[in-house]
Amino acid sequence: MSEILGRTGLVLNEPLLWEKGARGRQGFSLPPGDVEQAPIDDALVGEEPDLPDLGELDVVRHFTRLSQWNFGVDTGMYPLGSCTMKYNPKINEDLAALEGFAGAHPLLPEDLCQGSLRLIHELQTFLAEITGMDAVSLQPAAGAQGELAGMLIIHAFHENRGSRRTKIIVPDTAHGTNPASAALCGFRPVPVSSNDEGVLTAGAVAEVMDEETAGVMITNPNTLGLFEKHIREIAGIVHDKGGVVYGDGANMNAVMGIVDAARAGVDVLHLNLHKTFSTPHGGGGPGSGPVCVTRELEPFLPVPRVVKEGERYVLSEDFPLSVGRLHAFYGSFGVMIKAYAYILSMGAENLEKASRLAVLNANYLKERLKDVYELPYDRPCMHECVFTDKRQKGLKVTTLDIVKRLMDYGFHPPTVYFPLVVSGAIMVEPTETESLDEIERFIEAMRSIAREAGENPEILRAAPHKCRLRRLDETAAARRPCLKG
Amino acid sequence: MRYLPHTPEEIASMLSGVGVESLDDLFTTVPADCRRNRDMNLPPAMTEWELSRHAAGLAGANASAAGCLSFAGAGSYEHHVPAAVRAVLGRSEFYTAYTPYQPEMTQGTLQAVYEYQTLISRLTGMDVANASLYDGASSLAEALIMAIRVTRRKRVAVSRAVHPFYRHVVRTYLRPTGYEVLEIPLLEDGTTDLSFLEGLEDLAAAAVQSPNVFGCVEDLEGAADRVHDRGGLLTASFSEPLAFGLLRSPGGLGADIACGEGQSFGMPQSFGGPLLGVFTTREKYVRSVPGRLVGKTVDQEGERGFVLTLATREQHIRREKATSNICTNNSLCALAAAVYLACLGGTGLRKLARLNYDKAEHLKGRLEEAGFKIAFDAPTFNEFVVRVPDGFKRTHDRLLKEGIVAGLELSRWYPELEDHYLFCVTETKSAEDMDRLVREMTS
Repeated sequence: MSEILGRTGLVLNEPLLWEKGARGRQGFSLPPGDVEQAPIDDALVGEEPDLPDLGELDVVRHFTRLSQWNFGVDTGMYPLGSCTMKYNPKINEDLAALEGFAGAHPLLPEDLCQGSLRLIHELQTFLAEITGMDAVSLQPAAGAQGELAGMLIIHAFHENRGSRRTKIIVPDTAHGTNPASAALCGFRPVPVSSNDEGVLTAGAVAEVMDEETAGVMITNPNTLGLFEKHIREIAGIVHDKGGVVYGDGANMNAVMGIVDAARAGVDVLHLNLHKTFSTPHGGGGPGSGPVCVTRELEPFLPVPRVVKEGERYVLSEDFPLSVGRLHAFYGSFGVMIKAYAYILSMGAENLEKASRLAVLNANYLKERLKDVYELPYDRPCMHECVFTDKRQKGLKVTTLDIVKRLMDYGFHPPTVYFPLVVSGAIMVEPTETESLDEIERFIEAMRSIAREAGENPEILRAAPHKCRLRRLDETAAARRPCLKG
Repeated sequence: MRYLPHTPEEIASMLSGVGVESLDDLFTTVPADCRRNRDMNLPPAMTEWELSRHAAGLAGANASAAGCLSFAGAGSYEHHVPAAVRAVLGRSEFYTAYTPYQPEMTQGTLQAVYEYQTLISRLTGMDVANASLYDGASSLAEALIMAIRVTRRKRVAVSRAVHPFYRHVVRTYLRPTGYEVLEIPLLEDGTTDLSFLEGLEDLAAAAVQSPNVFGCVEDLEGAADRVHDRGGLLTASFSEPLAFGLLRSPGGLGADIACGEGQSFGMPQSFGGPLLGVFTTREKYVRSVPGRLVGKTVDQEGERGFVLTLATREQHIRREKATSNICTNNSLCALAAAVYLACLGGTGLRKLARLNYDKAEHLKGRLEEAGFKIAFDAPTFNEFVVRVPDGFKRTHDRLLKEGIVAGLELSRWYPELEDHYLFCVTETKSAEDMDRLVREMTS
C-alpha cells in the first residue's frame, strides 16, 4: 500500500486524423465491382468527401494511441458519484457480439426474432421484479430519455383524465435533467428544499402540492446519498391531490432487494442499465433507460411493447393510450443483452449483496475520511457520500484542486460541484466491485492530498502533474469555440 | 461471485470500521414501509459457461444477417464492418470510461469525438456537428424543437416520405408541447410534394428525408428555397448517410439542420440499437444545439487538447431552460463512425457509395427484366420500391422460410401502397446473390 498507483509512463503523441495519411491510401477491404456501372444524373453527384485516406495500420495505431490517453474502469477506480462506475463484465461483451444478436434486423417477421423478443420480455420481467413495479418498457435509449418517457406518461395520464396540470415539484437536490425533462412536457418545475438532514419533508411538499401540480420527481436515494425516508408520506400527499410520484432510479444500485419502489409510493420510475446493471458507459453512451410503472400507468407506456402470447413473443402497438414511440426501433438492444447477462450471472442473492456491499464501501470510506474532509450531512449514507472543500478553502485549495491532484495518485476524480445544495461538493461513489484494498488505497490518497493541502498547496493548484496534459483551458474553448478541424 | 471481491473477514472489519454490527444495520434509514416484503424472484445465478450456452440458444432463435440473404433496409442497414473497427471499440480504455468530465484523463475520447465531429461536418457539408444523439429519430425530434426555439414559431411540417418511425417519434416528443406537426404529402414519383409549403404561415421548419424512406433522392435545394421563403429552417433528415459519399451533401443544398442515423458507419444492426444520432447545423445556431460538443483548446503549457464546451446550453447548468434534456451522447457509436470513416477515407467512401448505387441499380434492372414494376420514377440510392403482382405475399413467405428476405412490405406503414415492397441492396450482396433472389422471386 506504500507505493502510489499514479506514475508517468510512455504514451505517444498522435496528430489529428487529417494530419496523417496520403491520398489513395486505403484501410478498407472494398469488394470488387461485379456489376456494370449504372448511369447517374450528374446534377445529383457531389464532390468526393474531404476525408483523409489512411491505411489500416494508420487507423489502428491512431486510435490505440488515443485510447492510451483515456482512463476507464478497467484502468482503475472511478468513483464518479451518481454514475455507478462498476466493473463491466467481459462475458457480457462477448454475448452482445453473438452473430444472432448483432446481425439481427429489427423489421423481420416476429417468427425470425424470437430470441431477441424473448430476451427483451424476460429482462422486462426481471426489472419489474427487482423494482417492485408492475410493467416495464425498455425502449428509452438513455436515462434522460427514460425520464422523458416518465414525464410523457404523467402528462398523458392527466390528459386522459381531462385534468390540465402545469407544474411539477422538483427538489433542490435533483439532477439537472429532471427539470429539463419536465420542461419538455410543458411542466414548470417548482423547487422544494431539503431539510437540514438533507432530505425532503412531507411538510415542504404539502406546502406546494396542489391540483395544478402534475406530481413530484424524487431521486431516491437522493444525490446526497441519503434515503428519502419520508417518501411514503410525501407520496400520500401527492396522490391525495391527484398527482403522480416519479422516481429517478439513477441510484438504484443502493437498494436492490431492499426497497420496493411501488410500496414506497412510486408510480413511475426509470432505471439506468449502464449504472446499476453493469453495462459499460462507453465514454458517454450508448446507455439504456427503462421506464417502469404501476398497473395504473401501464396503458401509457411507449409502443411497440413486447408481449407474450402463449409461447410466442410479439411486438404490439395495440395500446391506444400509449405516449407513442421514443426510438427508431426498440431501444438499445445491444445494451439490454449485457444487463440481462448481468442479472442472470448474479441471481437475486448476489444482486442484493451487491447493493449491501456498495453501501458498505461508501459508509466505510465516509467514516475514514470525515476527519479530514468536511462531511456536511454526517448520517449513514447509501451507496455514495458527499464531502466538501470547506476545510481546505482557508488554504486557498478548492475541490477542483483536490480532485485534479487525485489523478496523480491514479484515480479518476469523483463527481464535483454537484449536488448544488452544498458548496464545493465532492461526491464519491465507490461501487461494490472495488475491493477493500482499492478502497484503502483511495482513502490513503485522499488523506495524503489533505496533508499536501496544508504543507504544499501549490502542488494541488498546479495538478495534475502526471497526466499527458496539464489543466485545460475550458474558458478559452467556450469563448472562441473551435468544434472541428 | 466473481464481481464481488469482499471476503467475510473484510466485511467484518469494514463493519466494525463503520461502527455497526451487520450489513442490515447499514439500512436503518430505510423505513419498514418502503421495504420489500419478499425476496426477489429471479432465475438462479448462472456460471459464465451456463450463461454462454443460454445466450447462444437465444441468439440462435433469431435470423441473422450471416444466416440469411436479406434485402431488408428501412433504417437498419447491413454493411461490412471492418475488424479494425471492432478492435478499436474493444479497447476498454474507451468503452469503460464515462463522459469526459475530466479532460486530463479522457483526451482519447475527446480527440476521437472532435475527429468524429469534423468528419461528419465535412461529409454533410455543414458547419457544426455535435458529439451525437441517440438515433436518427430523436435527432429529428430535437432538430424540430431547436427550429421552434430559434424561429420562435409554432408549426413544423414533416414529409410523409420521412421514415414512419422517425415521424412517430417526432409526434411523441411534440405532443405535450402543443406545437403543430403537419404532414407534407407525396408526389407520384415517390418524392415530397413541396408545393404544400406554399403560403404556410408560422412555419418553424420543414423536414425532408433524402434519400427518403423509399430510397428516392429528394430535391433538397428546391425544398430549401421554399422553406426559406416561408422563413423556416430546412431540416434534412437521413437514414443512410453513405449516400453522401456519392450524392450532393445536404449542406451544399441549403439545409439549415442535417440530422439522421449513422448506423451504416461501422455499427452492427443489433435488432435496431444502439444507434447513432447524427446532428449538424450552421455556425449561427451553435449555441442552440442540443447535446454535447467537443472543442479544441490548450493546456497550461500551450499544448493542444480537447474539452466539452458550450456547456451553458446544457441541462446540468441551465436546468429547465436547457436546449435539451440530453445528458451524454452515444460516444462509442460516434467512435465507431470515426474509425469506419477513417478506414474508408474520402477515396474509399466514394468508391463504396458508388458500388452500393451500382448494385441497387443492377437489381432494379434485373427485377424489371423479370416483369416487376419499379414503383417510383425518382432516382434512388440503395433502396427502391417494387410493385409486386397479386399473390406475391405467398412467395415472400416461402422465401423467408428459405432464408431469403425479399424486401419489406410497405402497406403496414403506407396503406395506400398495397403490394409494394421496399428492397435494399448494399455492398454485401453479390451479383450472384441478386440473380438468386430474382430467380426465386419468379419461380
